[in-house]
Amino acid sequence: MTAAFVAGADASSEVPLKRRLKRAERTRRLKALALILPLLLFLLFTFLGPIAGMLWRSVDDWEVRQVMPHTVAALADWDGKDVPGEPAFAALAGDIRTARDAGTVAIASKRLNYALNGFRTIMSGTARNLKALPEPGTAKDTLIGINPAWGERATWAAIKGASGPLTSFYLLGALDLTRNLDGAIVAAPEEQAIYRDVFGRTFTISLGVTVLCLILGFPVAYMLATLPTGQSNVLMIFVLLPFWTSLLVRTCAWIVVLQSEGIVNDSLRWIGLIDEPLRLIYNRFGVYVAMTHVLLPFMILPLYSSMRSISPAYMRAAASLGASPVTAFLRIYLPQTVPGIGAGSLLVFILAIGYYITPALVGGAADQMISYFIAFYTTETVNWGLASALGAVLLLATLLLAVVYGKLVHGQQVTGGMKN
Amino acid sequence: MMDGGMVTTAQALVRFVGVQKTYDGEHLVVKNLDLDIKKGEFVTLLGPSGSGKTTTLMMLAGFEVPTHGEIYLADRPIKNMPPHKRDIGMVFQNYALFPHLTIEENVAFPLTVRKMPRSEVKERVRSALRMIKLENLAHRHPGQLSGGQQQRVALARALVFNPQLVLMDEPLGALDKRLREHMQLEIKQLHETMGITVVYVTHDQSEALTMSDRIAVFNDGIVQQIDKPDALYERPVNSFVANFIGENNVLSGTVENIEQGFCRVALAAGGSVVAQAVNIAGAGAATALSVRPERISILTDGQAPDGMNALPAQVQDTIYLGDHALAVLKVAGNGEFMVKLPPGAHAGLSHGQSVSIGFRPEDCRALDPV
Repeated sequence: MTAAFVAGADASSEVPLKRRLKRAERTRRLKALALILPLLLFLLFTFLGPIAGMLWRSVDDWEVRQVMPHTVAALADWDGKDVPGEPAFAALAGDIRTARDAGTVAIASKRLNYALNGFRTIMSGTARNLKALPEPGTAKDTLIGINPAWGERATWAAIKGASGPLTSFYLLGALDLTRNLDGAIVAAPEEQAIYRDVFGRTFTISLGVTVLCLILGFPVAYMLATLPTGQSNVLMIFVLLPFWTSLLVRTCAWIVVLQSEGIVNDSLRWIGLIDEPLRLIYNRFGVYVAMTHVLLPFMILPLYSSMRSISPAYMRAAASLGASPVTAFLRIYLPQTVPGIGAGSLLVFILAIGYYITPALVGGAADQMISYFIAFYTTETVNWGLASALGAVLLLATLLLAVVYGKLVHGQQVTGGMKN
Repeated sequence: MMDGGMVTTAQALVRFVGVQKTYDGEHLVVKNLDLDIKKGEFVTLLGPSGSGKTTTLMMLAGFEVPTHGEIYLADRPIKNMPPHKRDIGMVFQNYALFPHLTIEENVAFPLTVRKMPRSEVKERVRSALRMIKLENLAHRHPGQLSGGQQQRVALARALVFNPQLVLMDEPLGALDKRLREHMQLEIKQLHETMGITVVYVTHDQSEALTMSDRIAVFNDGIVQQIDKPDALYERPVNSFVANFIGENNVLSGTVENIEQGFCRVALAAGGSVVAQAVNIAGAGAATALSVRPERISILTDGQAPDGMNALPAQVQDTIYLGDHALAVLKVAGNGEFMVKLPPGAHAGLSHGQSVSIGFRPEDCRALDPV
């Protein structure tokens, strides 16, 4: 066999064996690539593209640069210590006149208004009252005459800060930070600082839902894994049933169940346990209940698959070696389900931090998660920069978690934990 | 109980008294088991699958509860004692080494659950690993070991806490033949040097014969015979045991008369032979005669010496097996009658040739009809 093979290789020894192997493999690899190409393109356009776009928008600062190019240029060398000189004012007056004719004043003033509250009024007032280009040398006085705000350093600092091309303004804003007049990063004013709270709330709710799913899902998964096949199949249908029902329907079902005239409150009143209906929905409780219900299968399935691979012989072996059922569970069974616990928890947590519909429907104002604000900024106020920045922070947090999880699981595999 | 099965209560470490087990409430998997196992003994439960041997072992380990009867371990009833309090080490069919623990941690497990001081655990684990010659693999995980190595670790883990009894449930079933034979000797040596009591379950009769002090042959939920390996082979008490242990030739016939432990049996295909009366109902009853292949000789001159049974036979085939040869004959209607020959002796035999075979009445046992 070997001899024949070697002889065959000698016969066509012009081309080295390695290259011939590569050539033979290449066709197969190209075919495989062609098969996954549609998916690859789909992912590129629907997933990677939008994510890249979102990341770009969170740092992109184009409005002021486009509408007021001369002012931006004039401020390029401004040290920010004092109100700039006459050339800057002249450039500003020219830019405002041009923008007014082009109808683009609103674009720049909207961006500037993010940086300094009231800037929109300054801009529109100036555009309206600047009838003609001021005489050379009088631009400064003319503009300050129209609106004294032009004589303030903060106004000019706002323009300079928004002159791009890249900005950290949105990302800092998403973390409740801002730059002061000297460009140093400081905490945002209290009335604007809400996102850390929202992120904190998002992570608290997600963590709570993950823990609840784990506590509720573990025994179910154990039952699924240990019951005879016939019975576990029936139980599995009940676990999967929510998957076949629309998320919206399931969430609204909870409103029916939990509202003050709902099934739970009516039953409790009928039994006589309560006189007044309990507030079970449009608060944090409702969010936890509905989200846990929706996400439970994502915890049960990975747990189930890790438990299925644990032979009952391990528990028997542990018992025969003198371990009580509790010891055997803690030292033998539980450690072997860790990959399942990790996968399930990560899945539930990552899905939970992106939740939007459920908290919006069953939560109160103080229970809205970060996705609500992202949706608010994209659809209501069209502040793409801040929406993208919030999304970027969320994405970063999620990636970080995934990396940590990957490290943990990989560590387990290196020590052979996943073997056998 | 059969001969050799009796042990006085004082010596018995394990006693099964009238134990029955049913899973479905209709069929008894174990029917009325009485079995005594002495301290230091190596007892094998041998039988085909579904014979009740594994159920018996599981009841002893505590994973199954007897439906009826009682099991005593060192004179204490253990029917309702949970497995982890029984102080019985067990080696499982697929080793059941904990995959997330190292070899060292696996072996230390029974010691740490007993809250033994750390220094003693370390010392005992080291000597246990030395015993199985795997000290250098202490920090590996089970998945990184070969089947034979895993089996040795499972052994060490079951022995390290000095249990009063060690159970082994087909521990060598997953190993290849050569390794299995090697491990058989290793387990036997461990048993001898440590003086442990072992209850071993297997369906492999040669394994049972190699290792055991006594073998209990199970079939259909009943212990058919419990005896030393040689007695089991030489003196089976019924047809099941005769057929299950070793090669056996069966001739069926009817008992004509019984005299001083011997009987004359008329064969169904004609002719008659004299056999030991072992397990027959009486004159006129049907019987299955059992003759071992190595107890039969092919008579060159066609004449049997005095007192020897002689039967005509036809050569069907000869099989050369290196250290010996087998002649497959047709004798009294049985076309698979085996005769063991010294090497080379098969050369003179050819297919279809008529010969005569002879065997002594002492080597032919009249048993219950199959």
